[in-house]
Amino acid sequence: MTEPAQTLRDSLYRTIRLIRRFEERSIDLVKAGEIGSGIHPCIGQEAVATGVCAALDPDDIILSSHRGHGHLLAKGSDPGRVLAEMAGRVTGIDKARGGSFHPSDLSAGVYNATGTVGHGAAIAAGIAWASAKAGDGKVIVSFFGDGAVSQGALLEGFNLAALWQLPVVYVCENNGYATTLPVETAVAGTITGRGEAFGIPSRSVDGQDPEVVLAAAAEAVARARSGGGPSLIECRTYRYHGHHTFELKARLKYRDETEIAAWRERDPMDIQAARVDAGTRERIDAEIEELLDDVVRFAVDSPRPDAVDAQDYQYATGLRTRAGVADA
Amino acid sequence: MPKLSYLKALNRALGDEMNRDPSVFVLGEDMNLALTNVTAGFLDRFGPDRVIETPLSEQGFTNFATGAAMAGRRPVIEFQIPFLLLLVFEQIANQANKFSLMSGGQHAVPVTYLMPAAGWRTGWGAQHSDQPYSIFAHMGVKTVMPATPADAYGLLTTAIRDDDPVVFFGPLASLGVREDVDFAELAPIPLGVGCVHRKGTDVTVVAIGHLVHDAIAVADELADEVSVEVFDPRTLHPFDWTGLAASLEKTGRLVVIDDANRSCGLGGEILATAAEEMRLIAPPRRVTRPDGAIVGASPELDVALQPTREQLVTAIQRVLKYGGDAA
Ligand SMILES: Cc1ncc(C[n+]2csc(CCOP(=O)(O)OP(=O)(O)O)c2C)c(N)n1
Ligand SMILES: [Mg+2]
Repeated sequence: MTEPAQTLRDSLYRTIRLIRRFEERSIDLVKAGEIGSGIHPCIGQEAVATGVCAALDPDDIILSSHRGHGHLLAKGSDPGRVLAEMAGRVTGIDKARGGSFHPSDLSAGVYNATGTVGHGAAIAAGIAWASAKAGDGKVIVSFFGDGAVSQGALLEGFNLAALWQLPVVYVCENNGYATTLPVETAVAGTITGRGEAFGIPSRSVDGQDPEVVLAAAAEAVARARSGGGPSLIECRTYRYHGHHTFELKARLKYRDETEIAAWRERDPMDIQAARVDAGTRERIDAEIEELLDDVVRFAVDSPRPDAVDAQDYQYATGLRTRAGVADA
Repeated sequence: MPKLSYLKALNRALGDEMNRDPSVFVLGEDMNLALTNVTAGFLDRFGPDRVIETPLSEQGFTNFATGAAMAGRRPVIEFQIPFLLLLVFEQIANQANKFSLMSGGQHAVPVTYLMPAAGWRTGWGAQHSDQPYSIFAHMGVKTVMPATPADAYGLLTTAIRDDDPVVFFGPLASLGVREDVDFAELAPIPLGVGCVHRKGTDVTVVAIGHLVHDAIAVADELADEVSVEVFDPRTLHPFDWTGLAASLEKTGRLVVIDDANRSCGLGGEILATAAEEMRLIAPPRRVTRPDGAIVGASPELDVALQPTREQLVTAIQRVLKYGGDAA
């Protein structure tokens, strides 16, 4: 692996730091009651979104997951509008109709994060097919967790993408658990074996190092863009926090503190920070704090939606169906 | 005037849309041989980039179509058997149909799910004989079930052009129906607009799908005794409540004949809405399938579990006992 240019190293650090601090500020807002849904924090996994999205062009498309804030920020979504969406404000990327769980932001090429675990794999194949037929050269990335590899629809998506050699990069963020279920009690064989069975070039990489992820993603993106078909990258990573912020209250016992501490030893932010000089780091950190102050203020000060608009956007054609009470 | 069959109307509507709009394509199983005949001749006309033979991966290719639609295409998926719509119910009702909403209007998912052989099939067993349209209407998915060839042409055209997911049910029992049509007059039919096949003043019979033809036959048979209005909603969601209200304004009596299961079936919704909001001078009645499955393995047992003309006649006679001003 050749060393990336320093500007790239700095920018990888910046993205990881932004995601980390964004998530931490979001958890504060969950505790403060501003984000009613709670969130699925991606703290600990930031190098995956960061490395993968650094390999993409602005026009490329990603499909996110329920643990998606990192994907959005790494792909270039406006952090203020992302946070506003999570907080159910009309200034959000989806006008308070997607929330933290189901974000879309077409302006940044984030098509959606379907709530049905694993089902984005085949949606990605369909987008990729349309792109390939249009010859627009776009690459589609589908992010999912280790839980998704036990979902039949995901394997059907792999089959279609491989059969038709579509420009898709499948990124599995193996963080060791699907909610409380350890991956080794759920997955027979291997995750990369799922891809290999369909003839999809598949690699398992260190998901804590953004430069390792970037190198693997760049190879997969190049293959996709040149007509070489799909790839699968398993990124071995870890979430420091609970599956969802409900774990702040529900103390679930499915992993021990030593395991969490061991993974924290290989923290993606520390790994990348070591590659950036101290002065630059301080400047980036300060910029991010300033930015996030604005982001939080923007989100919290934004208006909540009006109840009379509750049926807007249900249909793309603007169809309004009946209300739940006659003569309301 | 030339005759057009229901099946040929589907073939013609889909072919015309594919001609007109290069973003339209069709996918499904056994496409290359056009097994159901809906896409007869299409592979030669449109080529393999627009007539896509899929593996037996219904969940996969239903989501695939969602993706292609988000990227600007207009996929039409042909399903061979009604139960396949149950297998992909989640992908349609919970995914494709919610992406416009969840994206605050950024996404449109213009997919047509074409089920050209819905309902009972002699001897094909319980698994092949369902009529699951009510559940799509229940979930707010646009759903159509035209009864005649011209309506099949018009509503398939509209379904393809619509920017939302639309499920199209073609009743198997209607595929052979033929109609005199002036081809130049075949045209799109808007969603949510019903049609009165027979005008009448004593009772409104709402009939769905192939049962429209039974209702017309019954109306004709009873013409000397009672004036039956036959109302065909054509679209099941959104439903033409205005059209139904106008009919009940005249008749005040309602019978629904519906091939769906009884509990939570569309017939129940029609009765409930009429009772809440419309003019009724007699308690309304419905003729439906029972709750549960059609046997599907023996015609005697199967027919016993489906709505019949005799049941419709009885229901009409019952509602006529109320409200003295019947003819
Ligand atoms: C098909 C499906 N099954 C179950 C769920 C409920 N659920 C939501 S997230 C989740 C865990 C997913 O685990 P994984 O794919 O490893 O992603 P992670 O949460 O670890 O990021 C589950 C079970 C769902 N949304 N969809
Ligand atoms: Mg996981």
